[in-house]
Amino acid sequence: MPLYLNDDQQMLQDSAADFMKGEGDVAHFRKFRDMNCKDGFSHDLWKKFAEMGFTGIMISEDEGGLGLGHVDAGVVLEQIGRNLTPSPFLTTAVAGVEALNAGGKALREKYFPGILSGDSVLALAIDEAAKHRPDQINMSASREGNGFKLDGKKQFVVQGGSADTLIVAARTSGSAGDDKGLTLFAVDTNAAGLTRNSVRLVDSAMAAHVEFDGVLVDADAVIGEVDDGDAVLKRMLNAGRAGSAAEILGVGAGAMDITVDYVKGRKQFDKIIATFQSLQHRISHLYSEMEIARATVLKAQQMLDEGSSKAELMVSVAKAKAGRATALSVKEGVQMHGGVGMTDEYDIGLYMKRDRGLQEFMGDANYHTNLVAEMHGY
Amino acid sequence: MSDLETFRAETAAWLEANCPPEMREPMVDESDACWGGRNPTYKPGQKEWMDIMAEKGWTVPDWPKEYGGGGLSRAEAKILGQEMARLRCRSPLSSFGIWMLGPALLHFGTEEQKKHFLPPIARGEIRWCQGYSEPGSGSDLASLQTSAVDAGDHFVINGQKIWTSYADKADWIFCLTRTDKNEKHKGISFMLFDMASEGVTTKPIVLISGQSAFCETFFDDVKVPKSYGEGVSSVVFEVNRGWDVAKYLLGHERSMISGGGSEGATSLGAKFADQYGRDDMGRLDDPMLRAQMADMDIEVLAFRAMAERFGDTFKAGLCHPAQPNMMKYAGTEINKRRHELIMSAGGSEVLEWESEATNGGLTARSWLRTKANSIEGGTSEVMLNVVSKQILQLPGA
Ligand SMILES: Cc1cc2nc3c(=O)[nH]c(=O)nc-3n(C[C@H](O)[C@H](O)[C@H](O)COP(=O)(O)OP(=O)(O)OC[C@H]3O[C@@H](n4cnc5c(N)ncnc54)[C@H](O)[C@@H]3O)c2cc1C
Repeated sequence: MPLYLNDDQQMLQDSAADFMKGEGDVAHFRKFRDMNCKDGFSHDLWKKFAEMGFTGIMISEDEGGLGLGHVDAGVVLEQIGRNLTPSPFLTTAVAGVEALNAGGKALREKYFPGILSGDSVLALAIDEAAKHRPDQINMSASREGNGFKLDGKKQFVVQGGSADTLIVAARTSGSAGDDKGLTLFAVDTNAAGLTRNSVRLVDSAMAAHVEFDGVLVDADAVIGEVDDGDAVLKRMLNAGRAGSAAEILGVGAGAMDITVDYVKGRKQFDKIIATFQSLQHRISHLYSEMEIARATVLKAQQMLDEGSSKAELMVSVAKAKAGRATALSVKEGVQMHGGVGMTDEYDIGLYMKRDRGLQEFMGDANYHTNLVAEMHGY
Repeated sequence: MSDLETFRAETAAWLEANCPPEMREPMVDESDACWGGRNPTYKPGQKEWMDIMAEKGWTVPDWPKEYGGGGLSRAEAKILGQEMARLRCRSPLSSFGIWMLGPALLHFGTEEQKKHFLPPIARGEIRWCQGYSEPGSGSDLASLQTSAVDAGDHFVINGQKIWTSYADKADWIFCLTRTDKNEKHKGISFMLFDMASEGVTTKPIVLISGQSAFCETFFDDVKVPKSYGEGVSSVVFEVNRGWDVAKYLLGHERSMISGGGSEGATSLGAKFADQYGRDDMGRLDDPMLRAQMADMDIEVLAFRAMAERFGDTFKAGLCHPAQPNMMKYAGTEINKRRHELIMSAGGSEVLEWESEATNGGLTARSWLRTKANSIEGGTSEVMLNVVSKQILQLPGA
C-alpha cells in the first residue's frame, strides 16, 4: 500500500475538513469555552458527527457503521486537531469502539446504536496517577455473585463527566505490574457507588476523577476475557494512541499554518519578518519535522489496519514523533508571534494548550520512547 | 496470488539462488561498495553479483529495458528493493551514472544519447564523476567559471573543479561549464567527456577522516568533441541550458544522500546493550545513553516512514518538487546525530585510529565522514533556504 491517502480517504479528508471548518472551528471552540459548558462540547455537533457517519467510522458495515479503519479515523482526527473541534470522537468512536470491537456481540448490540445515533458518549478509565502507566493498573474488580464489584479510583478520564458509559480497566487477579489479571468492563456511569468529579483542563477539555465504591456490574459487562484483558486493552490503546497522534499532528499542522501566515504579514524594521533567515530556517526545520511526523503517523495507522505484528512499535514511534513535532510547532508558533502570541485573542496559544493536553493522553513522548527501547529489547 | 505476490515470491527465490554469500554480508565501509568501471577493483563475489544483476537489468530495475534496465513497474521495483533489504543483499553497483547522470539523460537526453550512454552505466562498464563545484563556487554554484569555448567541431575547456568525488578513479565526467560569460544561470552547459582526455589532471584531497575519495580536477585546454556520433551530442539538453539539467539532477542527488537517515541497524540500543551490560530489569545499563538511543530509534524509524512516503509520492507525482531538499536536510542531520551517538557509545576504544581492534579507526572515520553529509550536494542551510522559498513561499527567501 503506498504511503499516501487513496482517493476515498482524500474525499473523506475533504468532507471532514469542510465539516470541522463549517461546524466546529476555533470560534465554535471559544464559544463553548466561554459559556463554561459543563460537558465542554456541543451535543448538537455530536449529533451532526453522527449524521456524517463519523461516529460509526470504525463500526462494521454489518452493524450499521462505515466499516473503515485507523487511517480513516486519523483523517477525521487530524481535522479535529487543526480546528480544535471539541468532541468526544477520540474516546467514543475510536478507542471506545475499538475496545467494543474486541468484545462480544451482545455488548456491541447494546452500545453501537447509541454511538451511531450520536446519543452516546464513551470515556476511558485507565490512568490512576498523574502519568499514563497502564502496566501499573491497580484498581480492583472482585467476583461478586455472577458479576464483579469494582473498587478504586481513576483520573484523567477525558469526557468522563458527559459519558454514559466508561470503559474501565481493572484487576481481577494479580497485582500492579503483572501481565495477566487485567479485565476490561463497560460500566454505566449511573451505577450506584460511582461518583464523578469533572474538572476543566488547561485546554478547556473536561476530564473526570472517578471513584468506584463497591460498584456492581454483571458478568456480561466484561469486554473480552476475564484476567486476559491485556489483549483488549492493547487494542484500545493502539487505537487511542494512533488516534491521538493523528489529532496532535493536526494541532501541529494548524499551529504551523497560523504561524506561517502571521510571519508573512507582520512587519518590523520596514521588512516582513518572514524575510529574516533565522525565522525561515526555524520554520523550514519545523516543516521537515511535521512532514516526518505525518509519514510516521500514517505508517502506524496503515500497519494497524493491516494487522502487522510491528504495528505496536510504530504506534509508539508515531505518538512520540508527532508529539515532539507538535510541541515544537506550538512553541515556535508562540515565539514567532511575539507579544500577541501571549494573548487570549490570538489562536496560537489555544493550540499550545491543546498540544499539552494531547501529549499526556495515553502516554507522552518520553513514555513511548521508553516503550520503543523495551520493544527493542534494551 | 496476485501478480505482485507472485513477483515477490519469484524475486525472493531468485535472489536466494543467485546472490553470492559474500554479497549478503553487511558492508563495512565505502570500500565494500562495487563501482565497476574501466579499471575496477573487485572483492570476492562483487563482479559475479554485478554481472548477474545487470543481465536481468536489476542494477537499474526501473529503467526501460532498451537502455539496460529491468523495465519494472514502480510497485515491482519497490518489491525488489524490499526483498533485497530483507535478504540483506548488497546493492550490486554503486554509481553516479545510475544515481545522477542516468536520471538526467532519461529526462533530457536524445534517444541516441540514451542508447549510447545508458547501457554501459547499467552494466557497470563506465564509471562517472560529477564536476560541479569550484573553489569559488560552492553553495552559489551558478557562479561557476570553468569555461567551454566553441572551436568549431569541439569545445575547449579550461578551469578547475573541486570536491569531485572519485575523479581519480572515474572514466567520464558530467561537468558544468560556462558557455556564456554574460549570463549567470543561462550561460551554463551540461557536458559529458572522457577523463582520459588530454589536459585533464586530478589531485586527491585528504579529508579529516583520513580518506581521500575527493579530488581537485584541473582542465587545461581540454578538447571535447561536440558529437560522439549521430545524435550523440556531448552537451545534454541545449547549450546554455545546463542549469535546468543540474537543477533537476540535484533533486536526485539530494534524495539519494538523504537515504543515510534510514540506513543501518534499526536499533542502536539493541546492538549496544549486550556490550554495555544490562541492569536487573534487562535495560541498557547507562540510563542517559539508553534514552538517547531510544530517541534515535524513533528518529530512524520515523525517517524510514518518511523515505517510504517520499518515494511513493515522488513516483506518483504527488510530492512537492522541492521536497528532496527537505529529505536531504532531515536525512543527513539524523545520520550525523546517529554517528555522534555511536562514537559516544564506543567510548575511548573507538578513538584508536590505527589499531587492528578498531579496523583502522573505522568507527571514528565513518563518524567524521558523516560530517560532509550536510555539506555535499548542497548544505543544510541551503536546503532550508530552498524549503523556505519554494515550499513555504516565505518572501525574500
Ligand atoms: C565529501 C564531499 C563530497 C563532495 N562531492 C562533490 C562532487 O562529487 N562533485 C561536486 O561537484 N561537488 C562535490 N562536493 C562539493 C559540495 O557540493 C560543496 O562543498 C557544497 O555545495 C558547499 O560549498 P562550499 O564548500 O563552497 O561551501 P560554502 O558555499 O562556502 O558554504 C560555507 C557555509 O556558508 C553557508 N552558506 C552559504 N550560502 C548560504 C546562504 N545563502 N544562506 C545561509 N548559509 C549559507 C553554508 O551552508 C556553509 O555552512 C562535495 C563536498 C564534500 C564535502
